[in-house]
Amino acid sequence: MSFEEWFRQDRLPHIYCAGCGNGTIINCTLAAVDTMGWKKEDTVFVSGIGCSSRAPGYIVTDSLHTTHGRALAFATGIKMANPKLHVIVFTGDGDLAAIGGNHFIHACRRNIDITVICMNNQIYGMTGGQGSPTTPRGCLSTTTPYGCTEPAFDLCELAIAAGANYVARWTSYHVKELERAVKAGLETPGFSFVEAMTQCPTNFGRRNKFKQVADQIEFLKGHSLLKSKRDRMIEQGEKIPDEMYVIGELARRSRPAMGLFTGEAKP
Amino acid sequence: MTRTEFWQGNIASAEGALAAGCRFFGGYPITPSTEVAEHMAAKLPKRGGVFIQMEDEIASIASVIGAAWTGARAMTSTSGPGFSLMMENIGYAAMTETPCVIVNVQRGGPSTGQPTMAAQGDMMQCRFGSHGDYAIIALCPASVQEMYDLTAKAFNLADQYRVPVFLMADEVIGHMRERILVPDSVAHEDRPAFVPGTPPFRPGSDQIPGFPTFGKGYGIHVTGLTHDERGYPCATNPGLHANLVKRLVSKIENATRELADFDVINPEAEQVFIAYGAPVRTVQQVLHDHADNRIGFLRIRTVWPFPSHALALFPNARRFIVPELNLGQIAREIERHTDIPVLSVPKLGGDLHTPAELTAIWEAGP
Repeated sequence: MSFEEWFRQDRLPHIYCAGCGNGTIINCTLAAVDTMGWKKEDTVFVSGIGCSSRAPGYIVTDSLHTTHGRALAFATGIKMANPKLHVIVFTGDGDLAAIGGNHFIHACRRNIDITVICMNNQIYGMTGGQGSPTTPRGCLSTTTPYGCTEPAFDLCELAIAAGANYVARWTSYHVKELERAVKAGLETPGFSFVEAMTQCPTNFGRRNKFKQVADQIEFLKGHSLLKSKRDRMIEQGEKIPDEMYVIGELARRSRPAMGLFTGEAKP
Repeated sequence: MTRTEFWQGNIASAEGALAAGCRFFGGYPITPSTEVAEHMAAKLPKRGGVFIQMEDEIASIASVIGAAWTGARAMTSTSGPGFSLMMENIGYAAMTETPCVIVNVQRGGPSTGQPTMAAQGDMMQCRFGSHGDYAIIALCPASVQEMYDLTAKAFNLADQYRVPVFLMADEVIGHMRERILVPDSVAHEDRPAFVPGTPPFRPGSDQIPGFPTFGKGYGIHVTGLTHDERGYPCATNPGLHANLVKRLVSKIENATRELADFDVINPEAEQVFIAYGAPVRTVQQVLHDHADNRIGFLRIRTVWPFPSHALALFPNARRFIVPELNLGQIAREIERHTDIPVLSVPKLGGDLHTPAELTAIWEAGP
């Protein structure tokens, strides 16, 4: 099977803008899913609201496109009621970190056996480019016209602190690494969180001096810091620049998890 | 064979749900409905079901909707502020035609209001609380027996009509204890069957589409966006949106007579009490105290869709008297359906109307 077989062909073309990174993230995710040997009928995609959350509509399995921020709560109901199903959630920075923040924390705490892919484009894309909880300080958006003055959320640190079993961050540049991280997340029992930093040329790039799509991807790549290198820098007492973010596998552990399939389907 | 129990109303509601085959409960503690959740937490795991305490009421109803798509009969219970928090996802359930049951043990509002006192202030909210046009079914119990019977019935209606069904109880009925006859089994209606290969949101002749359970290989997409018969987003097509919303409303409103559940007492009377929920008990006491066939009583269990045809069953009526634990929410609905004067008798604060109050109104005449 190929990852292309997971696409719902009669829904194409998609709504994403030219240069959007979401397609890359969806491809990486489906490529990882395709290696798992799962049946399509046992796999469910769930999402909230936003550009990222339109992804399940393009996938051929059962899918639930829910309300803004609440995807994890809906996914919890699906997984608990039928643990046989593999549940994957697509979300974005606004959906997950702002309106859905509490559900995110508690899904991590419960360590429920689902995998979450967060397409973090640091902006509200679908509504036209408003600042989000991950918009970097100083960046321009329609609601931060003088530059964002709030500190950005580190979603991976949050997931680790709240108890997720698997946490990783990559970017839309690191497609092979991202695919491997998603696969590791799918394989890890318990809550897996994969953050994919991605470009939004339409609503972030053009307001923040990224003239070409590639400029923003270069920026994402250039400001990422491998976890191993970050750890070395800390050991050597070097200062980590504020605008850098850590990429790589950031947590892999085996805390007790909920919603694991034990071989017996619920009703 | 039935057995006799002496139960609290909230416990009876939970037991009615279990008898109906409820296998998923997602909830959050809130007075005065918490006993429903506590009882389900104790009983569901032993019956192979799932109880989960969610982080808030928004998540509770979301988890219930998710569970329902796996085929499980699923419910939540709440009160006051929790009910308000559920509103957005209740609209999602209406739009996606997800069967689910919501028990609301009503307390005094607005806001935090009176957590331990009875009210019926959410009767309009349960009908109209989420944005946009839609329709739901709401049942109002007036005894511990009906907490059981109507909760079980709510699951059947939710499945048959693919709609959120509300058990609109109140603190008095939820917390009172009385004798109840528990049947060995309750009636069971299945969800309308889905025909594989057909568009998942194509309605049958009764305007209700078959239910395509997740995990069966149907590969269906469910969205709260306006969607076509395939379930695909189609949010900028005016005609399609209008037809979808009209169908969501008419599949319930057109079934008003089938759904109607009321008692007509003394139909020749000129003055007729109309009540649902706890005020039913006060009117029953008035009838008990005065064995007088001039006291009419329309006692309603299915409040939404409102059974307006029942009003005509009192041909001599010169006045409808409507005691409610709110400022006349259903009295206003009744006014909409009749030219006969409607006297709203509101009661706020948590106390019930006394039989003497209602008797005095009746004796004063129209």
